[in-house]
Amino acid sequence: MDIIVCIKRVPQTAEAEVKIDSTGKDIEKDRLTFDMNESDTYALEEAALMKEKFGGEITVISLGDEDAEETLRIALAKGADNAIRIKAEDFDELDAFQTSQILKSVIKDLSYDIIFTGCISTDDAYSQIGLTLAELLEIPHAALVIDFDANEDRADVQRELEGGLIEHLDVALPALFTIQTGINEPRYASLIAIRRAAKKEIQVIGKDELAQSEFISNSTLEKLYVPPISKQVEILDGTAAESSAKLAGIIKDKGLL
Amino acid sequence: MSGIYILIEHRQDEIRDISYELLAYGRKLAEDNNTKVTAVILGFNTEKIVEKIESQAHKIIVFDNEVFKEFNAETYQIALADLIRKDNPFLFLIGHSAFGMDLCPALATQLNLPFTTDCLAIEIADSNLRVVRHMFDGKLAAKVLLRENSSYMLTLRAGSFSAAESSLKAEIIKLDSPVSEVPDYRKFLEYIEAVAGDVDITKSDIVVGIGRGIKEQDNLAMIEEFAASIGGVVACSRPIVDADWLPKDRQVGSSGKVIKPKLYIAIGISGAFQHVAGMKGAETIVAINKDANAPIFHEADYGIVDDLFKVIPVLKEKIAEL
Ligand SMILES: Cc1cc2nc3c(=O)[nH]c(=O)nc-3n(C[C@H](O)[C@H](O)[C@H](O)COP(=O)(O)OP(=O)(O)OC[C@H]3O[C@@H](n4cnc5c(N)ncnc54)[C@H](O)[C@@H]3O)c2cc1C
Ligand SMILES: Nc1ncnc2c1ncn2[C@@H]1O[C@H](COP(=O)(O)O)[C@@H](O)[C@H]1O
Repeated sequence: MDIIVCIKRVPQTAEAEVKIDSTGKDIEKDRLTFDMNESDTYALEEAALMKEKFGGEITVISLGDEDAEETLRIALAKGADNAIRIKAEDFDELDAFQTSQILKSVIKDLSYDIIFTGCISTDDAYSQIGLTLAELLEIPHAALVIDFDANEDRADVQRELEGGLIEHLDVALPALFTIQTGINEPRYASLIAIRRAAKKEIQVIGKDELAQSEFISNSTLEKLYVPPISKQVEILDGTAAESSAKLAGIIKDKGLL
Repeated sequence: MSGIYILIEHRQDEIRDISYELLAYGRKLAEDNNTKVTAVILGFNTEKIVEKIESQAHKIIVFDNEVFKEFNAETYQIALADLIRKDNPFLFLIGHSAFGMDLCPALATQLNLPFTTDCLAIEIADSNLRVVRHMFDGKLAAKVLLRENSSYMLTLRAGSFSAAESSLKAEIIKLDSPVSEVPDYRKFLEYIEAVAGDVDITKSDIVVGIGRGIKEQDNLAMIEEFAASIGGVVACSRPIVDADWLPKDRQVGSSGKVIKPKLYIAIGISGAFQHVAGMKGAETIVAINKDANAPIFHEADYGIVDDLFKVIPVLKEKIAEL
């Protein structure tokens, strides 16, 4: 069973200060750390689990700059057999639709029974590249998968709906699945595996080597801005003792306990 | 303009709130742009659903067939592609829900429509369509211009628009389903309901929510103690459940539980919209987070910008002293 996993390297912004850069269309990246997109780590683990069960090869693919190779190497250390980087530096700004088309132009010539993507990228937050890719490849899909099993030609899939409800499905392979966090317990790469992965070759594909040269864009990001505050919070300042005392006072006065 | 179409989301015989939100926002957009709202319903035995939204749209298109009994992205896609090709609506709106996320990108791609996801606002100027959406963990907003076209598709975030009363009387059009059988390549099997645990976080007046800021499982004991000391229960954000540190029934948010306690204290939680969807109905919201720019401070009534490991032990003492 051959599996492809789409992996994106993303800036870690949850705890960092996020500043808009001078173009107004992107963020300042020099002081941010980057890592594999959260749901992609679960997608990769799911691929590794399927490989343990059925054998076959895992190919990880990322459209990104040179640094993305570092993320691909982590994937190689965690069980991927082959890694492909499509050179993002060969393109101007790309929207999600173009990214999907570029990924498709490479994946269409690869061998696969299953494609896994993450269910959302934490930077762009589109939740669309997986399904767009499935449609371009003309294969079935299921989004937000939280339980997965397969035999040679069908997948047994649970999708997460709202409020804890789950949808149980039967999907024909080859198909694409977008993986939700929590589906498994992503492994850590061992030191030996990391060392071994450092020596593996990553296939790098430039724009010239793609079968297609034009990729239609669906959207243009015109500007980024800090969202206006919808509700005015009262910040309780001071030392931890002071802020806590203020909060305790408010809780008491409002009779909240 | 050839109209605004809204896909009605329903499950287990209930119309989902997002549908009413989209209908209300759709009517506003339609009014501003001198056009009409059409609701699209796919389902089986849809009379009650049609009845409930009759006053909410100018027109309702119904595909009533057993193949649409349960939502199935692939079956829905065949029928909707057929309808959109024929009617060519200016705007087709879908909720950015588990339903919309499983449908829109594939459907729009098949139809070659410009589309984007998780929109919070739509601006229509001449034939240009711009949307507002959030990026980078909700810390920034982006204004996005879509490729110019006669027809667009968008998914919209739940909770961004208010549902509203309306007194329209929709013209109802029943269409034959272009699909007669659920395709073999994707079959719905069943719904699996969430299992109830020992604590029901929806029943407590005081809820202490803990997020990834807690760093390690062992640190949870401190939060348990704090919650117990104020008579509250411990709930959490998704990563805590993903890591198996707390059971799924403690998760607050769109894919967890919706709670409306008197007091919600969010500790080390950034305030992703999926989390906020589950707690914004709390009467008083307190956020404790070391990042002053965390989106949770857009939701909170009171905030402490500090290290939770410093604040919680002291706060516990200060409250005990009262
Ligand atoms: C389809 C879908 C459904 C989802 N459903 C849900 C859901 O139901 N519920 C949910 O919660 N999420 C849900 N999510 C996930 C959601 O998008 C976020 O990823 C998640 O809510 C983030 O959790 P968090 O705030 O704990 O972690 P993070 O975003 O990583 O934030 C951690 C916060 O802790 C703060 N912090 C760190 N250390 C400290 C310290 N020492 N002291 C004080 N503060 C500190 C940081 O500043 C940061 O703000 C869903 C996602 C998807 C795609
Ligand atoms: N540049 C990229 N290279 C490889 N995979 C990507 C890229 N961008 C997005 N993806 C995949 O698409 C998923 C969803 O991304 P998005 O649609 O942006 O939310 C991610 O979790 C990845 O698996």
